[in-house]
Amino acid sequence: MAGSREIRNKIKSVKNTQKITRAMEMVAASKMRKAQDRMKKARPYGEKIRNVAAHMSRANTEYRHPFLIARDTVKRIGIIVVTSDKGLCGGLNTNVLRKTLNQMKRWQAEGEQIEACCIGNKGLGFMSRIGANVTSQVVGLGDTPDIVRLVGAVKVVLDGYTQDQFDRVYIFYNRFINTMKQEPVMEQLLPLTDERMQSDEQSNSKPKTTWDYIYEPEAKPVIDDIMIRYVEALIYQAVAENMASEQSARMVAMKAASDNAGNVIDELTLIYNKSRQAAITKELSEIVGGAAAV
Amino acid sequence: MSTIFHLDIVSAEESIYSGPVEFLVAPAQMGEVGIYPRHTPMLTRIKSGMVRIKAQLKEEELIYVSGGMLEVQPNVVTILADTAVRSHDLDEAKAIEAKRAAEEAMKNRESELDYAKAQAELMEAMSQLAAIDKLRKRKH
Repeated sequence: MAGSREIRNKIKSVKNTQKITRAMEMVAASKMRKAQDRMKKARPYGEKIRNVAAHMSRANTEYRHPFLIARDTVKRIGIIVVTSDKGLCGGLNTNVLRKTLNQMKRWQAEGEQIEACCIGNKGLGFMSRIGANVTSQVVGLGDTPDIVRLVGAVKVVLDGYTQDQFDRVYIFYNRFINTMKQEPVMEQLLPLTDERMQSDEQSNSKPKTTWDYIYEPEAKPVIDDIMIRYVEALIYQAVAENMASEQSARMVAMKAASDNAGNVIDELTLIYNKSRQAAITKELSEIVGGAAAV
Repeated sequence: MSTIFHLDIVSAEESIYSGPVEFLVAPAQMGEVGIYPRHTPMLTRIKSGMVRIKAQLKEEELIYVSGGMLEVQPNVVTILADTAVRSHDLDEAKAIEAKRAAEEAMKNRESELDYAKAQAELMEAMSQLAAIDKLRKRKH
């Protein structure tokens, strides 16, 4: 019975794999809850700062921040690609990177230059493989989207925009819809569009009163600070959503892997039992045949 | 005339305080500011320090913020707290670091390619050796 030992070994190894995937599923499930909490907690800050920015963009007419001014000609584009650091999370990174690549091809066909900022290891690896121009990166964020870590990479992009290196900045990430569904999205980050401000405003359903603030010490640095923080908050939100998406995608992928391993084990066990029974039957009939001959 | 106003203290990572208050003191950039209801709309940076809050029928409360922005609207006051101490120089240093890391990764791209190439060559050589081995065994 040469086959039976092999099958037994195979079953054992699949069982071990199943143990690992099941453990990963549980780890991802517990991390997912935390990541979703973090994503929800980040929302009030985003909403508040958005209100301030929207008020400000209407109130102060003397100084318009460069983030609010749309440019006519678009030659160079900055993109921020948010991915996870680790794999084994289904098609999550592949989906967002495919979307990015398609968009990049379209832009390149229009003769636009693209520079990328990569948040997350997978995106960085992909971008350097396809030979894109990577200007800044953050990898190894772990499980918390630490804003302190993001600041540097984000500043490179924002400075690039204010210094006219980019005419537009887009961000690619996975939007978290629910545990089963994540969607790769592309959003225009800079210049901040009017509709972005307005749609946010309407959701708050406040009366449209405008007032000008007293700025301390003066308008420009305060407005600059608010605008930078607003964009940072948007990016932070995107990273937080991507992390929540990552954990849920991993949980789902690992659950599917555990289920598949279970199916394989069932099949292999069936084959093993069949071959064992066949061997016994054969041996019996040999004995019976031998006895009959004597 | 209202004697209270609504205060929200939020940071990017969580909502720190939300509720009606009578009076608040915050460490603004140009010196401490005290805010009562019906304050003029104001927007200012705040330094790291303690924010003092007096809510109705409650003891004064102290909350530490590591800098941020203070916004006063007619009936609502918002403090957008930073999660860490920020300064222009510090941000600059981080930006340079992020750039440098990217440049390094770009440089390493070639070495990675070399590695992949070497690996492919090694695989080929190994399969050739295996084939030779098989041929030899057949002869004997």
